[in-house]
Amino acid sequence: MTTAAAHAPAQHHAHPPTATGQNTWKVGFWVFMGSETLFFGTLISTYMVYKNMSVAGPYPADVFDIPLTSISTFVLLMSSLAVVLALEFLKAGKRTLALFWTMAIIVLGATFLGFQAYEFTHFYHEGLKLQTNLFGSTFFVLTGFHGAHVTVGVIWLLFVWIDIFRGKIGPGQSLRLEIAGLYWHFVDIVWIAIFTLVYLMGN
Amino acid sequence: MADHHATAEHHDAHAHAHDGEHHFGWKKYVVVGVILALITGVEVAIFYVPALAGVLVPVLLTLSAVKFFIVVLFFMHLKFDDAVFSRVFYGPLFLALLVVMGMIALFKILPKYGVFS
Repeated sequence: MTTAAAHAPAQHHAHPPTATGQNTWKVGFWVFMGSETLFFGTLISTYMVYKNMSVAGPYPADVFDIPLTSISTFVLLMSSLAVVLALEFLKAGKRTLALFWTMAIIVLGATFLGFQAYEFTHFYHEGLKLQTNLFGSTFFVLTGFHGAHVTVGVIWLLFVWIDIFRGKIGPGQSLRLEIAGLYWHFVDIVWIAIFTLVYLMGN
Repeated sequence: MADHHATAEHHDAHAHAHDGEHHFGWKKYVVVGVILALITGVEVAIFYVPALAGVLVPVLLTLSAVKFFIVVLFFMHLKFDDAVFSRVFYGPLFLALLVVMGMIALFKILPKYGVFS
């Protein structure tokens, strides 16, 4: 029965596994990312509304280090490239390359978090705290939530790497890496918006 | 139970076959990655050009949107995947853009014209 069902395309179309014909985990995850888009949309709009309303400094121009943030942006963009390469090699059954690129995502993600930790510490020493002014409040809430998402992604991908290493994830289970990768790409596109709207247009 | 696994296996096989129809290949992914890096370089470069200060905002917004959609379409595979994924993502994205524009209009633009005074 199992073999017959697996080799019967007509049966697949007659009895799709889901209403959409797509994997429910993947559809559900895209819905989740849609809700996350609204979440970050509200945080970005709050920052945009309040960014020039601080009555006391430090102001964005006083603390932003564009060259440094450009490097961390480049690091996060390249981690997205590592995601698609890891998935490509996993699907092709090239386990060693899949392990290498998955570890590359983890290392690049941790590097991005290191840049953010350095930046937050630097801002703190410049006198910008969460409660200093409207800029500090909205900036730290927005970028802090993004950093928390990156942290979750790094931990998630670490578990995926362990499962690839132990042989629990192979070409047949690539959806697990694909969904973790979708989450990673999402934090990347949120950062693309933050880098432009907060940093480059912040002055 | 066996039927459920059989259907799931077949669905997985179908999904892989579907992926194969639009196989992008790692070399093309690297090209997309290089393009994204170049756009970021251009963004940072024009930030430091005083002559472009007048058009900085629209240029940066355009380049950022291009980067955003390159990642969504090619890295997140929305260009190749089923339309259902596009619908569940672009719908909330459109609403999020309305929220951002609505908030800016309410707090930044309309008060300048004395709408709330």
